[in-house]
Amino acid sequence: MKRFLRGLLLIVVLVIVLALWSALPWYGAAIAAILLVLWLALTRAGRRTLNVTGVGLATLPARWGASSVIVIGIAGVVGVLVALLAMGEGLQATLQGTGSADTAIVLRGGSQAESSSVLLHADTVLIAQAAGIARDAQGHAIASPELLLAANLPKKNGQDANLSVRGVGPEAWAVRPNLHIIAGRKFKPGTLELDVGKGVMGQFEGMTMGSKVKLGNQLWTVVGEFDSGDAFNSEIWADMQTIGPVYHRGSSASSVTVKLTSPSAFAQFKAALAANPQLKVDAETTHKYFADQSGGINKLIRYLGTTIAIIMGIGAVFGALNSMYAAVATRSREIATLRAVGFRGTPVVVSVLLETMLLALAGGVLGAFIAWAIFGHYTASTSAGGGFSFTQMIFQFRVTPALVWNGIKWALAIGFIGGLFPAVRAARLPVTTALREL
Amino acid sequence: MKYFHLVWGALLRRKARTIFTMASVLAAFLLFGMLDSVRTAFADAGHSVSGASQMITMSKLGLGQQLPLSLQSRIESVPGVTAVAYVNWFGGIYQDPKNFFPNEAVSENYFAVQDAVNLPPDQVKTFQSTRDGAVVGAALAKKFHWKIGDKIPLQATIWPQKDGSNAWNFTLVGIFTARHATEKGIENAMFFRWKYFDEARQFANGSVGWYQEKIASPDQASRVSTAIDAISANSDHETKTETANAFTASFLSQLANIGLIVTGIMAAVFFTLILLTGNTMAQAVRERIPEIAVLKTIGFTNRSVLSLVLAEAVLLVVIGGVIGMLLAMMVVGGLKAALGQTLPMADVGGSIWGSAIVLMIVIGFVVGVLPALRGMHLKIVDALTGR
Repeated sequence: MKRFLRGLLLIVVLVIVLALWSALPWYGAAIAAILLVLWLALTRAGRRTLNVTGVGLATLPARWGASSVIVIGIAGVVGVLVALLAMGEGLQATLQGTGSADTAIVLRGGSQAESSSVLLHADTVLIAQAAGIARDAQGHAIASPELLLAANLPKKNGQDANLSVRGVGPEAWAVRPNLHIIAGRKFKPGTLELDVGKGVMGQFEGMTMGSKVKLGNQLWTVVGEFDSGDAFNSEIWADMQTIGPVYHRGSSASSVTVKLTSPSAFAQFKAALAANPQLKVDAETTHKYFADQSGGINKLIRYLGTTIAIIMGIGAVFGALNSMYAAVATRSREIATLRAVGFRGTPVVVSVLLETMLLALAGGVLGAFIAWAIFGHYTASTSAGGGFSFTQMIFQFRVTPALVWNGIKWALAIGFIGGLFPAVRAARLPVTTALREL
Repeated sequence: MKYFHLVWGALLRRKARTIFTMASVLAAFLLFGMLDSVRTAFADAGHSVSGASQMITMSKLGLGQQLPLSLQSRIESVPGVTAVAYVNWFGGIYQDPKNFFPNEAVSENYFAVQDAVNLPPDQVKTFQSTRDGAVVGAALAKKFHWKIGDKIPLQATIWPQKDGSNAWNFTLVGIFTARHATEKGIENAMFFRWKYFDEARQFANGSVGWYQEKIASPDQASRVSTAIDAISANSDHETKTETANAFTASFLSQLANIGLIVTGIMAAVFFTLILLTGNTMAQAVRERIPEIAVLKTIGFTNRSVLSLVLAEAVLLVVIGGVIGMLLAMMVVGGLKAALGQTLPMADVGGSIWGSAIVLMIVIGFVVGVLPALRGMHLKIVDALTGR
């Protein structure tokens, strides 16, 4: 009964510690670490713990096999977790970094995404007359009607993929000040010329400066490369008046992006559109429009990544338990001797825990490093990024400091679970039997 | 088999260690079962039974581009094609965008082409004669508690009505099931009449999203696709024809390289598992050196010591692995019921079990071989004297 209650208490303590730990921000952990160091250095019990831990660490090389099980096991969990979350983070960063608060996008009412929206030429003219739109030096409203299309082109891996083709006019550059030509020049209106996003250049076959790309039954020439650092890097741009007829779209558009006089002018702009009985459109700031598109997919990746990490983590916990029970068993005489000469239980418990968590920390750092080394600059693409357009969204994995910290937290939590039970076992070893053991 | 009790006894020698190791093996194979189920679902989607004898003709320009209705009769005349249907992606929303399900406007002969769907013949007839008739899959009907005769309102995202309204109403006239157990996904789809759709939509009237053809035999696929694409070659609406399977495979590969992700994760999992289990086996043999020496003294050959240790390692992995796979079967079953089509998962069946068993045996051998060799090469005198 007593043993059962003690076991129960241990599990309750474990759950509470883990719950607190998962909610702990990095500075909380830093404070805890400083307190631990102070305790180790300044109190009697702390210095004894340090001594016992020192002995434990000194014997590590003798059981390198078992110790490496902890390190590698945890490195595996953290590596997979960080890599998967870095994928979701990269996708989300690309979409959330797209758009701004002082530009708005107008779509046909109810269409949800640019790819399913159709605006007639007359609509685009009316939209550009709404209040709240900024004007350029010549007094023209800065409104960019754009036509979003999908082209079927071969990727570098040989498979065909859908690529976003945006037909634009001269205002498209004005509503996106962060988008710059980094090589070549802008296409000339009225010609079969293309500007290609930086992401597309690396991913699609035959996309190089000066090369010809077949859209429809015409050959288009790549004359420039642009970089916006966001979702537009996954697009190619052409003259809207020229590409519209090729795709049988006449002079219709998918959306109108406008530059607002200020972020606060959005309400005025939206109200002006709603008040016009000739228009049936939805307006949203571009920032919100792109951020909304990323919600579902990143959540799914986070959910899957965490599930996989939990299952792998359970495996790693048992590996750590095995190794640390074995370590405690081989050191049982030494621990019993310490207890016999008057060491209390606390230094023994803490030293075994410390040893496991140091190994876990090494595993966590190793795993995060491997994830960073492989995926830190990894470029991938998916068709699940932009609503229902099903075109390729090219993005980079992002191994952020927050993700690395998250991974290390996982590592320490696994180390804590794997070390706690063997530590308590070590402290409760009956001194007499342990001393008699060979 | 004669020595099974010896192997079993060796495993029970340190119960805690055996159980902990098995728990790690269990976790690894639980993950394997679940991930491989997802991978298989994605891989199978491109190898469906009904998808091999169906072709899809889309605009070569790209996704979402329309084709003229006039192509239908010309495609029908291509030898090898037995029926030609046409479809428009509607993309309507039922109540909330979160309720996403595929809904398409289809020609009246669609169910003669779409093999994956099993719609009772009398319901096919009602569908063909009801102006705003629609049919839905059994899973979808169950999800929203629809029954025949219900009115289903959809909000258009792409296709407004002539007056600019996005509100479309359909009458449910049939509920279909999937013809093949592996193609249950289609039971989440809704189909309605293309004629009603075309008459009421605001623009692009008389054009279709894609053609879907049934061919006499899968062997003719490449010839038929060349012949269909030749019809509109060098026109302003060139086409690209492929089998429904090839289309699905290409679509999914653009979503993500699921195979690569799963392989990467499982490589990390099994690498750590081999290290962990290998360490357990090394410990187990190290502890038993005197016992192994005794076995050899009483006449066990080097070979039988080797196989004893190998059998122990394989048994350790297989027990943990089988429990993990059984658990994976249950979890996948539960997830499929809970998530529906959000995440495609295949049943943990024969092929997944097959590869799991092979993996278990291989891992068992890999982790067992070094400790087993150590046991085999051990010198009786040294071992007995504790050197």
